[in-house]
Amino acid sequence: MIKVIPRYIINFVVLVLVQVLILNNIQLGGFINPYVYILFILILPFETPKWLLLVLGFLLGFAIDSFTNTLGMHSSACVFMAFLRPFVLKMISPRDGYESETLPMVKFYGLGWFLRYAVILVFTHHLFLFYAEVFRFSDFFLTFFRVILSSIFSLLIIFISQYFYRSSTRRK
Amino acid sequence: MRSLFDFLLRIHFLVLFILMEVLSIILLVNNNNFQQAALVNFSRQISGRYYTRAANLKQYFSLAEQNRKLAEENTQLLNALELKYKTDRTITQIINDTIYNKQYTYILAQIINNSVNNRHNYLTLNKGYLQGIKPEMAVISQDGVIGIVKGVSKNYSTVLSMLNLDYKISAKIKKNQYFGSLSWDGDDYRTVILNEIPLHADILVGDSIVTSGYSSIYPEGIMIGTILDFEEKGGSFYEIRVSLSADFKKLYHVYIVGNIMREERLSLEEKLEE
Repeated sequence: MIKVIPRYIINFVVLVLVQVLILNNIQLGGFINPYVYILFILILPFETPKWLLLVLGFLLGFAIDSFTNTLGMHSSACVFMAFLRPFVLKMISPRDGYESETLPMVKFYGLGWFLRYAVILVFTHHLFLFYAEVFRFSDFFLTFFRVILSSIFSLLIIFISQYFYRSSTRRK
Repeated sequence: MRSLFDFLLRIHFLVLFILMEVLSIILLVNNNNFQQAALVNFSRQISGRYYTRAANLKQYFSLAEQNRKLAEENTQLLNALELKYKTDRTITQIINDTIYNKQYTYILAQIINNSVNNRHNYLTLNKGYLQGIKPEMAVISQDGVIGIVKGVSKNYSTVLSMLNLDYKISAKIKKNQYFGSLSWDGDDYRTVILNEIPLHADILVGDSIVTSGYSSIYPEGIMIGTILDFEEKGGSFYEIRVSLSADFKKLYHVYIVGNIMREERLSLEEKLEE
């Protein structure tokens, strides 16, 4: 357990930097803002204590917020997503539960499982985030459209990253 | 205590989540102008709606109080108005009447009270004996004759309006100098009656009626009105209805006319009667 900590710290830093330096500058058609940094919460080990999930989620969002000058917006969305993660994991758990020494990733539980897992969490995160950004319910459907498009794009990048991960770990 | 602890431990995840979410939203609202404004607007809308309803309801109970306050404020404002002060706007000018060598003084005054609805109408002016007003002075406006000063106080005077059953002046038809006595019949505030014009006088509707100058009060030739219609009455005289040229309902400024030679004339005329 202890030995994974440095890896997640690197994960954290890399994901925040990628998000802030690259992805935040991508705006496709004014609708699509991919938010990939939440991958960090997605791939935390199953055994992570629940309280730590929330704290990490808050820290992650806070880091993004401090770069984008939107204090509280990403934090609240990430905390919300971290809160939902245990329930989602329980909901879609395989029949014999999660094995120890595995991570919630494609290479351990397959594409279908990860797809369900990621879609639910990414979508809720984006939903929360975009409505927190707009902060009103007029233009409800326009915002919803943005949520769906951005979710699709974020998921796309997250899936691609999963395959990078796989190959890199295999090489080790 | 133990069970409370157990309970807290059981729900620590939810409690922590709520705490952190609240913290995030506080950060969000406090640090982002748009979200802050939106929240403030929203809460103001809600509170504003209820405050309006409450206020609408409450104001019925305080109507009497509000009325009293408004009346008080009105009086206060009226007292503060410039009109309250006796700014010495007295305009006095001397007109030399070269034909008769008479002298009249004109004093400008404002009407501060007026009525046309009664049978005995009076006006109140904002000039009194301090400004040189004396009883029996004539009051005229730009348009025509208004009345006679009746009572005078330090700063105010009352005027017997032409629209008063006690009022009677000597008037004449401008074009042929036939004179008669003019009075009000108490009916319409726009018309007065001119009597004692002989039947052989040549008159037409629209002829001008002016003051005769036979009394010691009015200068000669002040406009009174025009003939509206006339009829024969009592065999030898016309009864002429005169449309007043001055509109008594929209009077504001009037001139008070003083006859400087009045005393002299009256004392001379008194000797005749002795």
